[in-house]
Amino acid sequence: MNSASEGRKGLLLISPTFAYAILLLAAPLILVIMFSFWTQDYLDLDTTPTLANYKEAWTDPLYRELMFRSLRISIMVTLVTVITAFPVAYYVSFRVTERKALWLFLITAPFWTSYLLRVFLWKVILGYNGVFNSALLWAGIIDEPLQFILYNINAVVITLAHAWAPFAILPIFVALEKIDRSLLEAAEDLGDGPVRRFFRVTLPLAIPGVMAATLIVLIPTVGDFITPKLVGGTEGLMISNMIQVQFGKANNAPLGAALAVSSMFIVGGLSLLIFLGSRRVGRVAGE
Amino acid sequence: MTAAKAEKSIITLDNVTRSFGSVQALRGVSAEIREGEFFSLLGPSGCGKTTLLRMIAGFDEPTTGRITLDGKPMAGIAANHRPTNMVFQSYAIFPHLSVADNVGYGLKKKRLPKADYDREVEEALKMVSLGGYGPRAAHTLSGGQRQRVALARALIMRPKVILLDEPLSALDKKLREQMQVELRRLQRSVGITFILVTHDQEEALIMSDRIAVMFDGQIAQLDSPEALYRKPHTQRVASFIGVMNFLEAKSLGEKGDKISLDIQALGKLDIPASALPAGMTASEITRVGVRPEMMSIALEGAKGTGHEIDAEIAESEYYGDMTYYQVKLPGKDEPVTISMRNTAGRAVLEPGSKTRVSFSPESIVVFR
Amino acid sequence: MAKGSKKLDWLRGYASIYMVFLYAPVILLPIFAFNDSTVIAFPLVGFTTEWFASLKSNSALHDALGNSMIVAVSTAIISTVLGAFAARAGVRYRFPAKRGIMGLILLPLVLPEIIIAVSLLVLLMRLGMSLSLWTVIVGHVLVCVPFSIAVLNSAFAGLDQSLEEASFDLGETSWGTFKRVTFPLILPGVISSLLITFTISLDEFIIAFFLTGTDVTLPVYIWSQLRFPAKLPGVMALGTLLLLLSITLLILAEFFRRRSAQRRGLDASTTEGLI
Repeated sequence: MNSASEGRKGLLLISPTFAYAILLLAAPLILVIMFSFWTQDYLDLDTTPTLANYKEAWTDPLYRELMFRSLRISIMVTLVTVITAFPVAYYVSFRVTERKALWLFLITAPFWTSYLLRVFLWKVILGYNGVFNSALLWAGIIDEPLQFILYNINAVVITLAHAWAPFAILPIFVALEKIDRSLLEAAEDLGDGPVRRFFRVTLPLAIPGVMAATLIVLIPTVGDFITPKLVGGTEGLMISNMIQVQFGKANNAPLGAALAVSSMFIVGGLSLLIFLGSRRVGRVAGE
Repeated sequence: MTAAKAEKSIITLDNVTRSFGSVQALRGVSAEIREGEFFSLLGPSGCGKTTLLRMIAGFDEPTTGRITLDGKPMAGIAANHRPTNMVFQSYAIFPHLSVADNVGYGLKKKRLPKADYDREVEEALKMVSLGGYGPRAAHTLSGGQRQRVALARALIMRPKVILLDEPLSALDKKLREQMQVELRRLQRSVGITFILVTHDQEEALIMSDRIAVMFDGQIAQLDSPEALYRKPHTQRVASFIGVMNFLEAKSLGEKGDKISLDIQALGKLDIPASALPAGMTASEITRVGVRPEMMSIALEGAKGTGHEIDAEIAESEYYGDMTYYQVKLPGKDEPVTISMRNTAGRAVLEPGSKTRVSFSPESIVVFR
Repeated sequence: MAKGSKKLDWLRGYASIYMVFLYAPVILLPIFAFNDSTVIAFPLVGFTTEWFASLKSNSALHDALGNSMIVAVSTAIISTVLGAFAARAGVRYRFPAKRGIMGLILLPLVLPEIIIAVSLLVLLMRLGMSLSLWTVIVGHVLVCVPFSIAVLNSAFAGLDQSLEEASFDLGETSWGTFKRVTFPLILPGVISSLLITFTISLDEFIIAFFLTGTDVTLPVYIWSQLRFPAKLPGVMALGTLLLLLSITLLILAEFFRRRSAQRRGLDASTTEGLI
């Protein structure tokens, strides 16, 4: 089959799926971007292009605060999740010899439940009268319920670190599995102790997996509004809550669109930085 | 050899070329393949032999040129409508079907009554020595068994031509040798034209009626195994088939039915003029070749042929039934290879020993 | 090797604590689903099955469940079909702009669901279309197709190309080859894709929240119940059942995947097909 007919056949085959994506993903996204340049007046949509929404999104102190808080929280969540996930991935890859599949299954099993329910359960666990406090009181470890664990940023971080755990563990695990074990043996043979070996061989080679984990956690976190709403209190509200409000009660879709585009822009920029940075770190650490 | 068959062409290749962008896989291949023969396409990897086979099968079309099968041009005819069947290099046995369903796969469309269908399948299996294997799951078979199933699957269709794409390359040596003999026997008994693609020159020599040696997308020589071995047209063909010793040479003139040559290390001697291939003049000769078994080391009791020179043994390699010697001849830096059969009582000579080497001028091949 | 084994223990201990952390919320589901109290807190009061019983009489719940089933089954079928086209095109063919096309199709993997939901909402608003279960299905298919492609990629990649050629060579048509050779061999991948996309759609909340009309899906129904403390134990019971269902589906998917690999005589390695 020559290359022209192969190309035609391939395009034909992928056209249904591609058409679906163009019509229902690309077109709507472009529409959202266009919306962000329009204004909404109750039920009327004014389509004269304007930067007013972006001005509001970037200068109004409320939105700025939300945007940067979201960024801070997301970065914090990402750091905590990835750092706590790494040792587990390392354990399963390097220390478990039989039944690795079973470990992976056990790690992912809790997450085949409704995300909504899991967030709600954390609310139940961390609450003033919740499971954690009542258990500690009942066991006599504390006299009064802990207050700092719910309706604030801590709760959001804990809940999301839990929710994204397997999404962070799996890419790191895959990257670690790919490492040729004979490289580590060679390093040992050349005199490196276990700690040096880890930092000189294992970690640099695991960087692609760590980076994937970082992006897999960071990007959706920025868009999450359930967790902040249920466990974040007023301190923990994030930008997506505001986006949801603008598209809902506030009926200001253009502003919501501007906020959405802005947050995507920020996250996209951050992801790019992380991507490029990890490449450099991988190269430097490997020397 | 077999009795003379009617030499009818079953496949005609007319200046077939195939380019992939700027890469030319086939550069003008022309040949006639005869009905009922065992024909091989032999060459190193990348020479275009598999490309050519796939075009005969219908999985690819020539960029220019024509392929004619049984008198009908095959241009535009898809693989599923051609009177050919292929045995793939990976065997391509359907893993989810039984052996019987594999073998009978192509028959299903003919909607035969069940009894006839079952009989055909069992007969095809018997032909490849797998009688009774029908109900087995195909993916449980060994490599050699799968290969036979692939063969039975093709044979049952009674095609005009069976195409085999390096069918024995995945088998171990003993099994391969066994299958080579079996394939040959099978082809003779069913009388279908077989076209085999291989890079193993021994395999081609053993099984084929005729071989097309291919290099770089072209046929270098198309001949019977014996003709290829005894009279290779070029040095490349000569060294691809078996081992060939090359010596520098030039012509000193022709005398009647003999040509005078001055050959490195062997000196001046006359060879028959019939050794000169058609289309070549004596003045074009730059080298000659001698096969290892066409030279002899003067061991005790061996008779000389009249042409003898002094020599020294450099290395010996013992293979059980034969010994291959690397022999240094005066006037030549590189040693030549000489093979001697280890008949009873014959000693194996040690490196360093001086001896005499004899040869026969009739066995010399000339090259440009 | 005392130093080595000490490190082993520390890492193993950490991994064990981490697993407790992972399972903590989930374990609570069955515990409080059977707890005889409307308050979700320790100490436990007593054993009861009344919360499960209450689910049976809850008609709003049944409606939501039915809606979720419709959405999940439709999503599974549509995503698997679209995913199959894309996976086969990607594995077998080279064509212009392949990277860009595949990139767009796989984009939902890196977009927050709220963005996808909001953009579809905007499109529907502009077109003047009303929200319904179909709009939810449209959104779900967008996010499920990449997963379907991931599963079917390895199904097609593991399919020896010469098998289809052999079928042609023996006289079969394109459709016949698909029916007799291709489909049976990718069937395990198809089933896996159906199960995975079904499960994803069943649990998906954000897109459903934005794009649902008067008929709600199960997660949206659950969300509406969360503000009523009295309903919480019922939610626990429901969650327990959903957990069991999801795990069963997961195990089924894995079972089929391994069985198919065995049938083909392949090595059923841990990550084949899922990562």
